Amino acid sequence: MTDVLIAVALVLVAVTATAAVLNHEPLRQALVLSFLGLTLALLFALVQAPDVSLSQLAVGSALTPLMIVLTVRKVRRGTGDSTASETTGASDDQGTRGDRDAGDRDAGGGEERR
Amino acid sequence: MTRRARFVLFLVAAAAVALLFVAAFVRLPPFGGDFHPYGDRAVRAAFAHRTANAVAAVNFDQRALDTLGEETILFSAVLGAVVLLRQIAGERRRPPRRARVSGAIRRLGVAMLPVALLTGLYVVAHGQITPGGGFQGGVVVATALHLLYVAADYGALERVRPLSLYEIGDATGEAAYVVTGVATVLAGSAFLANVLPWGTFGTLTSAGTVVVLNAAVGMEVACGVVVLLATFLDQAVEIEEPSHAPASGGTPDGSGGDAG
Repeated sequence: MTDVLIAVALVLVAVTATAAVLNHEPLRQALVLSFLGLTLALLFALVQAPDVSLSQLAVGSALTPLMIVLTVRKVRRGTGDSTASETTGASDDQGTRGDRDAGDRDAGGGEERR
Repeated sequence: MTRRARFVLFLVAAAAVALLFVAAFVRLPPFGGDFHPYGDRAVRAAFAHRTANAVAAVNFDQRALDTLGEETILFSAVLGAVVLLRQIAGERRRPPRRARVSGAIRRLGVAMLPVALLTGLYVVAHGQITPGGGFQGGVVVATALHLLYVAADYGALERVRPLSLYEIGDATGEAAYVVTGVATVLAGSAFLANVLPWGTFGTLTSAGTVVVLNAAVGMEVACGVVVLLATFLDQAVEIEEPSHAPASGGTPDGSGGDAG
């Protein structure tokens, strides 16, 4: 029974890892990477390595994707690529647009202050 | 290098790695068998020092020096990120606008924050008896704090996160590990040897120095990850490139940005 579960987990890892490589859009890649972390955590738990599984869950599924998403946001804000930020999902899109609005308005104000 | 040359180089390197892999795996015990020469010795050594979690015994007792190296890797990585991602001359810092968060997400975040925080602290505190420990629990504690960013906004997160305290905590965690090692030497034993009383097997106070080193790593990781994410969040949310500033930019206004 355990062997079957391990085999299933291995297949899941292989599928999600391949999906992560084949995705070229960084934000989608971060999401797939998060899923890859989950499947790896499942595999580690099944081969009786709960300590590694917990590390994988915390770092691979939460921390790394978050850092990638933040980096992507910084890069897109820097280039001011409006079409790219449209695809970042509802809430992030709103945040990016809001920041830019605030930025444009603040630009005038900042000028006066200085 | 041409595409063909690179491919040939890859084939040669891949063949060498494959050969070494096969040579290494031929003598391995079979997968899922009953024969675990290293595992049996590690578990025996762990139980001898009354450490219920054999992995914690390997990390903080049998191979404690290796863990000092790992901890230092994270410490240096955080230090590097802080130095590289600092606000440079010409960049402007602008407080982000208050974000709108739907009520459901806000309520879920507020409900999950104490649960996640407590889970992280539990995982750190029970490192010597159950799976987990300083590293895993530290990351959970650090990411739990960032539920505030999800549930409220960046301003709310910044109010509960006096960054300088976390920077001090990061350094203190790293230093505590080395200080413990020096203390074991002064106590008349080897560097990072388990010299404290081992206590009762399976209790929070068991395992001697494992508890101390585990707590040091927990503090270092939790504070380090908070500082690391803070530098990334700063760049993503607050700090703006000089090119975004109005045309008169070019004058370094790092101090002015902080005031504005």
